[in-house]
Amino acid sequence: MSEALRTRPPPPSAGARRLGSPRPAPPHQRLARAGEGRSQGEQHHHPGPPSVWRDLYLASWVPVVGLEIHVQISSNSKLFSGSQVQFAAPPNSLVSFFDASLPGTLPVLNRRCVEAAVMTGLALNCSINKKSLFDRKHYFYADLPAGYQITQQRVPIAVNGSLSYSLCIDNKMSQMVTKTVRIKQIQLEQDSGKSLHDDARSQTLVDLNRAGVGLMEVVTEPDMCCGEEAAAAVRELQLILQTLGSSQAIMAEGQLRVDANVSVHHPGEPYGVRTEVKNINSVRFLAKAVDYEIQRQIEELENGGTILNETRSFDSKLGCTIPMRDKEGKQDYRFMPEPNLPPLILYDAKSLPVNMNHQQVVNIDWIRERLPDLPSVKRAKLVELYGILPEHSFTLLNEDGLAEYFENVIKQTQMKPKKVIGWILNDLLSYLKQHALTVKDSPVSSFLLADLLNLLERREISSSAAKQVLEELWKGEGKTPLKIVKEKKLELIQDQKELEQICQSVIDRQEDEVIMMVLGRNQKVLNKLIGLVQRATRGRSNPVLVKQILEKKLSE
Amino acid sequence: MTEKGNFHRWGQPLGVLDGIPIAVKDNFNTAGIETTCASNMLKGYISPYNATVVQKLLDQGAVLLGKTNLDEFAMGSGSTDGIFGPVRNPWSYSRQYKEKTPPKSSSENEESDWVITGGSSGGSAAAVSSFTCFVALGSDTGGSTRNPAAHCGVVGLKPTYGLISRHGLIPLVNSMDVPGILTRCVDDAAVVLGSLAGHDPKDATTIQDTFKPFELPNLIDVRKLCIGIPKEYHAPGLSSEILALWSKAADLFKDAGAKVIEVSLPHTRYSIVCYHVLCTAEVASNMARFDGLEYGHRADMNKSTESMYAATRREGFNDVVRGRILSGNYFLLKQNYENYFIKAQKVRRLIANDFVKVFGSGVDILLTPTTLSDAVPYMEFIKEDNRTRSAQDDILTQAANMAGLPAISIPTALSKRGLPVGLQFIGHSFQEKQLLTVAKWFEKQVKFPMIQLEEVKRHDCSVFQHQKSVSFL
Repeated sequence: MSEALRTRPPPPSAGARRLGSPRPAPPHQRLARAGEGRSQGEQHHHPGPPSVWRDLYLASWVPVVGLEIHVQISSNSKLFSGSQVQFAAPPNSLVSFFDASLPGTLPVLNRRCVEAAVMTGLALNCSINKKSLFDRKHYFYADLPAGYQITQQRVPIAVNGSLSYSLCIDNKMSQMVTKTVRIKQIQLEQDSGKSLHDDARSQTLVDLNRAGVGLMEVVTEPDMCCGEEAAAAVRELQLILQTLGSSQAIMAEGQLRVDANVSVHHPGEPYGVRTEVKNINSVRFLAKAVDYEIQRQIEELENGGTILNETRSFDSKLGCTIPMRDKEGKQDYRFMPEPNLPPLILYDAKSLPVNMNHQQVVNIDWIRERLPDLPSVKRAKLVELYGILPEHSFTLLNEDGLAEYFENVIKQTQMKPKKVIGWILNDLLSYLKQHALTVKDSPVSSFLLADLLNLLERREISSSAAKQVLEELWKGEGKTPLKIVKEKKLELIQDQKELEQICQSVIDRQEDEVIMMVLGRNQKVLNKLIGLVQRATRGRSNPVLVKQILEKKLSE
Repeated sequence: MTEKGNFHRWGQPLGVLDGIPIAVKDNFNTAGIETTCASNMLKGYISPYNATVVQKLLDQGAVLLGKTNLDEFAMGSGSTDGIFGPVRNPWSYSRQYKEKTPPKSSSENEESDWVITGGSSGGSAAAVSSFTCFVALGSDTGGSTRNPAAHCGVVGLKPTYGLISRHGLIPLVNSMDVPGILTRCVDDAAVVLGSLAGHDPKDATTIQDTFKPFELPNLIDVRKLCIGIPKEYHAPGLSSEILALWSKAADLFKDAGAKVIEVSLPHTRYSIVCYHVLCTAEVASNMARFDGLEYGHRADMNKSTESMYAATRREGFNDVVRGRILSGNYFLLKQNYENYFIKAQKVRRLIANDFVKVFGSGVDILLTPTTLSDAVPYMEFIKEDNRTRSAQDDILTQAANMAGLPAISIPTALSKRGLPVGLQFIGHSFQEKQLLTVAKWFEKQVKFPMIQLEEVKRHDCSVFQHQKSVSFL
């Protein structure tokens, strides 16, 4: 199986044909605009922020959004075979006889995948089924070697949970609301392989590395009503999964895939016909895809059209959804119990048989006791411990490792957490974002930053000098903050006389301001003078001291 | 081979089957050796791995002589529906048969007189029956080991579901398939069972408990036994000859002091219909993997993936397989699932419960016929289609598969036509030792005659007398 398998391609899929969505411009215009620059283009391609259409339509239409989220389980081996799981390995290098569906091979359930699903179920407040079943779902596709997928259609491993997530209203971080979406079920199932269609040579290449990798399908109830809610819920789920370690949940690597079910209806009426939107590969696109689809449906219905129960694909370049011809027509999956797998039995402390080999059973209570703090708990702890704002706790947890970084700085500095958070969020985070770095890759360690903040806290340097030091630190040349301060002579001017002289020369040069100051004690003018002194000292003056001197001199 | 050689140089046998010639039904994977299922779909397919049972036999030192013929994908009861042609029953060429069935007229007719082996493990039964090997592996889903064993005059054991690994057995019906053991005598079957039974980490449906190989006692007391005679096995079409043999066998036990009682398995008559639904549904599913992409036959058709699938499966499967796939998919359709599949599963449970009740009432072993009649001539057999034949021929055997119970067919006597007739014993789950012990006692009583092959007789029959296992009388 070392070579990519060659097969004929499926029939060509529909082009970017669009079914009645009046508002966006015709395709040629839209394509042209796509090149005009992001912000402008996006306004044309997307329904815009929810508030725009919300005002227009909310009175008459209620959007309903539910999600099906496929999560790749973080495990060394596949769900039913011993093949390794690894992203971007050479094609067909991780394929066991079972994965290639060689006749006579049988599935053997991977315990780690079961534990990951139990962990996830518990974290999402699900009830865990002590007995769950596996089923076969049949369909022919080149990257599904057995002709069926093993899944849990009848009795999944976890049911009836909930996921709480927060989002800010109208993009204001200070106005956060917490919402809850119900989790219908979590089921264990196999991933499929990957098909690569080579249109030029009219062939399909099949890579089975992914075939049989363990997935958890998390199905939500249709409890959301816009793209932002869906995106916030998925973001929270991502964090939970990463905290648990049950999945790396990186959307760009396909470890987390979201299909959105969208419909609209009038208040008080039954739900409308829903469409399923696929091919969404980032949280940002999820919000866009859902909002686009809501708006498309509303406009379709407003114009007297109907919504088809169909699968649509999100085109991230065009920012719209288009029908997928591949998935047209009702499939009958001919579900059947998987006869080669006995029922999956889980135990708890009470039901655990005494003489059972503990390596061979999964104990729900044992897993529950070892669950790590979930993001919501961590956030609450951060707010309580350090007195930071709730929205800051969100930012801290949204970046992998940032909360730990923050806590490490706190441990090593006398500066108050409320002040530290500013440096973390404004300086560190924006630098990392600008350079597309992760917290782990930061050239400035928490130790160095704490060192710098200590200099500031001890009033050895001013905060503007601290910023200059930080600029140097980013270069990652291994210098300590103190050394940079020395080299650049950024220490605060401790000599009162020297400072008084500098203040005097600034006053002398700004006679107009000084007159105004004397007349009206204008705060604005005073600040300007302080700024000028700072500039003159290249940030080496203590603003409090400068203010005192200036006030004294001006009142003389 | 070198490893084997070393062992032998040290004067140690590799295992209990060291040097014993065996044959394996061609639906078990054998590494490096073609595994075809007698189907165009897998013609030329060379498996990269050994089925667990094959590996276990080789580990014990068994010598694989070859793969044996079958009905395509084990779907049939005659071993007549494979791409390599039908299997001929060695008894067709026995003195016993020839004497009782004088050739009609010309030599051409004589050629058409040969009888089928039964199936689908006909090749394996024929191999053991003709002294080609001592042991052959078959598979048993609805009777595929016991039926040809009965027709070929050999012992055919279907162990309890879950006792022997199915890993590497190309499935017919996963929930009923069991590797079957064909031998010349019950003792041999016990030895082979000891080599094969036990948990396999590659088959999640095998039992966790360790299996202790056993030897069968030579002195067997049947006085404490309770033998059940299920009245429903007096099925329409049961030949009077076999009926008579069956009651003679019951008398044998009675005379030896066993308690023999009539019992009822009331749901038996629904078994074959129910089996049809469950079997075809699993077949439809199991056959889905044969799409021409990863292995096996691929049609020369490149209009689209779908048309390639269709052509591949049309060319690769015979009518029987395609027919079962079609009905299976029909039963699994959303609109039919409840009415067919779910109902069949419920009936299956009722059938299994029948056995539980009977065994719970104190019955140790059930005694039934294995087949309705002796083997029919090929020309007669093919007058009926595979579906009808399978329904008739599996009728006495497949309930044991539905319930997962161990069952064994023991050659009992020759029919008026000089052909073997077998009777079946069905035991409690995982009580193979008791089942085989009773079977061995019975085997001793009936003194089933040895096949006398005409061609062979002219050479030296005594060689074969010697080779045949000790318990043969």
